[in-house]
Amino acid sequence: MRSPRDRLTAFIMLLPSLILLAIFVYGFIFQTIRTSMTDWGENLGNAALALNGERNYVGLDNYHDLMTDPLEFEFRTAMVNTFFFTILFVAGCVFIGMILALLLDMRVMGEGFFRTIFLLPMSLSLVVTGTIWRWLYQPEGLNILPQRVLGLEPYKFNWMNSRKLLLPFDWGDIPMYVTYVGIFVLAILAFNYVIKKRWGALGWAVSIAGVLLILYVAGIWENTIWPNVGIESPDGTLIPIPETKGFQVALTGIIIAAIWQMAGYVMAMFLAGIRGIPEELREAARVDGCSEIGVYWRIVLPQLKPVALSAIIVLGHISLKIFDLVFAMAGRENFQTIVPGIQVYSAFTNNRFANASAIAVIMLGLVSLVIVPYLWSQLRGASE
Amino acid sequence: MATSTLKASQPITEGINFQKFMVRGTIYGLLVLVGLVFLLPIYMTTVTALKPRAETTLNTAWDLPDGLYLENFERAYDQLKNNLGNSVVEVIMATTISAVMGSINGYVLSKWHVPGERFLFPLMLFGMFLPYQAILIPLFEFMSSINIFGYRLYGGIPGLVLIHVVYGLPITTLIFRNFYIEIPDEMLEAAAIDGAGFWSLYTEVVFPLSLPGFVVVIIWQFTQIWNDFLFAIFMTTEANNPITVPLAELSGGEAVDYNLTMAGAILAALPPLFVYIVAGRYFIRGLLAGSIKG
Repeated sequence: MRSPRDRLTAFIMLLPSLILLAIFVYGFIFQTIRTSMTDWGENLGNAALALNGERNYVGLDNYHDLMTDPLEFEFRTAMVNTFFFTILFVAGCVFIGMILALLLDMRVMGEGFFRTIFLLPMSLSLVVTGTIWRWLYQPEGLNILPQRVLGLEPYKFNWMNSRKLLLPFDWGDIPMYVTYVGIFVLAILAFNYVIKKRWGALGWAVSIAGVLLILYVAGIWENTIWPNVGIESPDGTLIPIPETKGFQVALTGIIIAAIWQMAGYVMAMFLAGIRGIPEELREAARVDGCSEIGVYWRIVLPQLKPVALSAIIVLGHISLKIFDLVFAMAGRENFQTIVPGIQVYSAFTNNRFANASAIAVIMLGLVSLVIVPYLWSQLRGASE
Repeated sequence: MATSTLKASQPITEGINFQKFMVRGTIYGLLVLVGLVFLLPIYMTTVTALKPRAETTLNTAWDLPDGLYLENFERAYDQLKNNLGNSVVEVIMATTISAVMGSINGYVLSKWHVPGERFLFPLMLFGMFLPYQAILIPLFEFMSSINIFGYRLYGGIPGLVLIHVVYGLPITTLIFRNFYIEIPDEMLEAAAIDGAGFWSLYTEVVFPLSLPGFVVVIIWQFTQIWNDFLFAIFMTTEANNPITVPLAELSGGEAVDYNLTMAGAILAALPPLFVYIVAGRYFIRGLLAGSIKG
């Protein structure tokens, strides 16, 4: 019925988009990875923007520098900041968004009105949000509000300029913590499987734990994957330099602004999910004597697990990429609130192209870790 | 709450009524409280923009303005009008092109089977989650190297339009594909029996049904491109900056004039806000499409 010529036309019509994306996404990613393995902008004898400048292949040196060079401490701060930012931002959005969705599901009057308010920040640019909240964090803003409304003492907090550090730890100890967390998670998994008598899965868990333990005991992690920060002494040995990291309290203000912007997204996702649950299911539970709270606890929330996962992944990848909001709220020189997106910008404007590329590739790796399995499962589920 | 079932199955006693009243009261109380917290930044922005600097002290910043004072807006508009113009041109061009391309891609992917589409489609979609930092430097090199009749692609509006079209393709294709899947294949087969080919099937069957799809895509692309900052700051020269760049600069310096900045923020926020208020339903559909579910 459909002629081969039409099929060919169809393919030809798709072709421009395929070619554009092949070049602009995959070609450029490849190019960035290649740049990250050169000394472009790192070689002092070779100006970065020189027309015939040489770019020498240096392998993984740029990555190694990011992990070990004491001068690259900002990168490591940015990584730690991203970690805390992601956890608190995602948790905050899911918590608030879920509560809002459940409240709006209670057949309230003016549901549309409330929904419009909660989603309104989503339509704003992150730059606008950042600008607004930067003003709110000035002394005239939120800090004075308790006094203006309730007559209390003005709140004294320096928001984005705070230098306070919570949960301090040494950067070099991270592999140790990761190992502890890994062993803990594996123990829980193993325990679960023993209870459910799924011995095959237990075997996997135990062997993974074993491999991790061997890596740890043999010091492979600390020497190869997570080398020490330090400077090389004249005789070639590394003098390690401890580097204290932790949760930068200055991030709190930015996290609050980000939650203000994105909580509505989770609410919309959850509302759509709740509305997708057939009413008969809830009715059946009520007939069986389930209380109204029980209906939510036993029927609605379990059905929302896939929606929650989608929301967590989309928000998580947004926070790994965050740039606009931090730029608009704290600028790019605010050390406490540095994130990788800002660092790429700074390195780029300083013509440190290889350094910028290496950081960008690490960002890409982190985002892919979250997005690729998600895309895979979403599309595989859809085609079945 | 299932009010109807409660009424039907349970005797209405005073105890239940009181309990219900408390529950309802708590629900509305919470909603109003959170609503106020959400509106707080909007309130502060608006009153600041409508006041002279002298009325924005520690003691008066949260107060309503004394009278109508529009000078901040006049100043902000004067400073930003070129950038607003840049944004308008950029958004109209990029939105139109990416919507048309997305519609055709979606049509091909949903109604015609292309070899390898099981791999091509996810590969296309990855482009919408990509951290753009990972392509910026080659993109910059590429844009700088393209030179058409002495016009460099880097730095200007046409270059930015190209960028937004390309990186908008995944989401516009996805939305249209999911939209066209809902059109029954039988409709197309019937027209195909009458001899309709690729293009006449599109113009006679698919396109006339596309209006809601176009509304979702146009609204989504409009807000995304208008609000973009990353490409704007990396890829345009000062004269061609869209609105978000000078706005970020306004709030970034020392001794910021927040009255002016808030007026600027409102000017930058108005177009997407207007679209959101007028067509919120379609905006939400675009928002939810971003979390896939093919």
